[in-house]
Formats: sequence, structure tokens, C-alpha cells
Amino acid sequence: MCETCGCGESNSFSIRKPGETIENNPEHTHTHSHSHLHDGSEHAHSHSHAHTHDYNHEHHHHHEESDHAHHHHDYQHKHSHGTEIKVETDILHKNNLIAERNRGFFEAKNIFALNLVSSPGSGKTSLIERSIKDLSKDVNFYIIEGDQQTMNDANRIEAAGAPVVQINTGNGCHLDADMINKAVKKLEVENNSLLIIENVGNLICPSLFDLGESKRIVIISVTEGEDKPIKYPTMFQSSDICIINKTDLLPYVDFDINKAKEYAHQVNHHLEFFELSVKTGEGMDKWHEWLKSQIG
Amino acid sequence: MHELSIAMNIVDIADEETKKANAKKVYEIELEIGTMSGIVLEALEFALQEAVKDSVLGKAKIKITEIQAKAKCLNCLHIFKIEDLYSPCPNCNEFKTEIISGKELRVKSLKVE
Repeated sequence: MCETCGCGESNSFSIRKPGETIENNPEHTHTHSHSHLHDGSEHAHSHSHAHTHDYNHEHHHHHEESDHAHHHHDYQHKHSHGTEIKVETDILHKNNLIAERNRGFFEAKNIFALNLVSSPGSGKTSLIERSIKDLSKDVNFYIIEGDQQTMNDANRIEAAGAPVVQINTGNGCHLDADMINKAVKKLEVENNSLLIIENVGNLICPSLFDLGESKRIVIISVTEGEDKPIKYPTMFQSSDICIINKTDLLPYVDFDINKAKEYAHQVNHHLEFFELSVKTGEGMDKWHEWLKSQIG
Repeated sequence: MHELSIAMNIVDIADEETKKANAKKVYEIELEIGTMSGIVLEALEFALQEAVKDSVLGKAKIKITEIQAKAKCLNCLHIFKIEDLYSPCPNCNEFKTEIISGKELRVKSLKVE
């Protein structure tokens, strides 16, 4: 079953360059490599698949004696035959393996990869645009944009002057390592460059999915609550860097920047901070210096 | 709803292991989920109901063991249970702590036939 559209196929997402349409894009397919029982071998679905779903889905919700045990429900059920397999496997091991492959690929090509995560509207795309404009002489930028729908962000990045592909996750709430693996191939990232991955705007789901990035960067803006770090701690805990954006608005909002940093440090004492305003450029120097130092 | 991705991964793992063991179906699967794993257990159970349909797990009992999250204080080395990710060490009030368990997302075992 597709985890985004619920159809019989595996996950569906699209990867496009600006100007490509869904129809002419060969990658709008079910491309998750996904093992199925029927023929006993692993295969990728690669046929094009229009997502109109005009056939009748009948949902029988009769849950034939759903025997899902509750976690606090201790039932006794003895089978006299059968075998027990000790699996001891991380549920995310497939994603983690692909993420490590991505990481190895980035290392070999000296690509510094950033995974930008935040809630929608904190300024991820604007930060990328501005960084491209300010640093394009010194840095080779490559951008992967992640959104549920639209090419809007990819179009903005293209206008700013960097190669970009857009991943549309459909109903998916996060990017995963497999999407990045495919997007990087389409993007043809050169050696010695900076790859910025803008994740789907969501402070919860992307935290569990390693993409193979060198650093994970969480962005909050001062128009949000200063308690974001403790409200959504998993994301702050899994990040390396925290950018506090829109500092030009500090005089007009009740955001206590020290309190925000204190909360973030309670969750993750390794976090490093950048305070900046993409709009006015205040604090951007430090950010640029850091970026250059990481690539050089 | 990343729980649905998690559920799909569980089905994939069960599928592979069942094939490896030359078995036909799973009658019980045991999962270990840490209380700080980032998963809402109810959402996972709900997602699993859909994800297991037409899979080797279709008729399997799903047993979920929750693993209580614990942290170690980096100052006094006290080990304590945690209910969130931002509380200090109850012994010395230090915030510099490290999680030592409770992030688990694991398929522990399968019973197949």
C-alpha cells in the first residue's frame, strides 16, 4: 500500500526540475524500492501512474476481529507449533542504510549537505535565496526543495540562480533518504559543493528521518513562540544548529530570545545558534562565514 | 502522520524475515517502542491496522512493548526516568543529560508458521 495515497502501490512522490510537468516527468512514479511477497524478489515500481483514482475504492471497515493487542494488554495465546525469529531490527534501518549511502557519496565528492527543518513560514526558502545571492561567487550551491505540492520554491531558487530539484511528497509529511538519493542523481551535484535540502515544513515528522546530511539545521522565527524548542523537542534534540530568524521584528513581538535559547539548550546542550534577519541582512555575515568554513 | 511510514517499514521487515525463514505467515510480531522515540503509540496502532492488510501480518497479533526512557546526568552521573526531553537531573538540577534508553523503534521478534 502506498503510504501517501493509499493505493495498492508503494510510496509515490515526484522529483522535478523547474519547467518539467508531471506528465513529461518520468520520475513521477512509484519508485520506492519495496519488497513484495508475490514474486519473492525485490523490485522497483517504475510505471507512470496518474493519481486520479477514479476507480471505486471500497473500504470495508469491519475489522475482522482485529486482534491488535494494546501495549498494556497482556494476552495469553499459545501456539504449539511455529518458529520464533529473533529479528532485533531497527524499524527505520532501511532509511538509515540509504542515508549512510548518501553520506558516503557526499563525503567522497566533498559535498557539504545541510538538512533545513522548521515549521512552515519560518524563512527557510528566503534564507537559501539570500545565501545564494550573497555567496554564489564563492560557493557552488545545489538545492533540493521538499514540499507536499507546487513548484513554487524551486522556481524561486532557480530565479536566485542555483540548480534545483523539487520533491513533491504528495500527502507525505517528510523527506526520506530514498527521495534524496534519487533527487541527488537528478540534480547531478558536482564535487566540492554545498547541497541544501529544504525539508517539508513540519517540526515533527522529519526529525526521525536521517537523509545523510552533514548537519541538521532547525530554524525558528521570532514570530513564533519562544517555547517551540520544548513543545517540539524531538526536532531540536536531533539538530546540530538552530537559526533564529526575523530578528528585525524583535521590537514588535514578545519573543524572549534568551529564553528561547535556554529552552533549546535544555533539550540539546550541543546546539549552536545563529541569530539573523534574512530580510535586513543583520547577522548574515556570521552565517556566511560559517558556511564557507565548512566547505573550504 | 509519520506513523504510517513506520507501519509500512514494519510490514516490510516482517515480509523479508518471513521469506528468509521460508514461512507463510506471521501469527505474532513483537515491537519495542521507546517512550521518547517520537512515535504516538495510538497513531501507530491505527496506521498498522491499514498497513498490515494483504500482508504477511494480516492475521498477526501485534504486541507492543513500551520502553521507558531514561537519561544519564553528565554532571553527577545519576540515571533517571524521563517523561520529556527538557527536564533537568532530579538529583543535581543539571540540564546536560544524555538519553540512554527510550529512543527504540525496533522489531524484536516474529512468530511464524
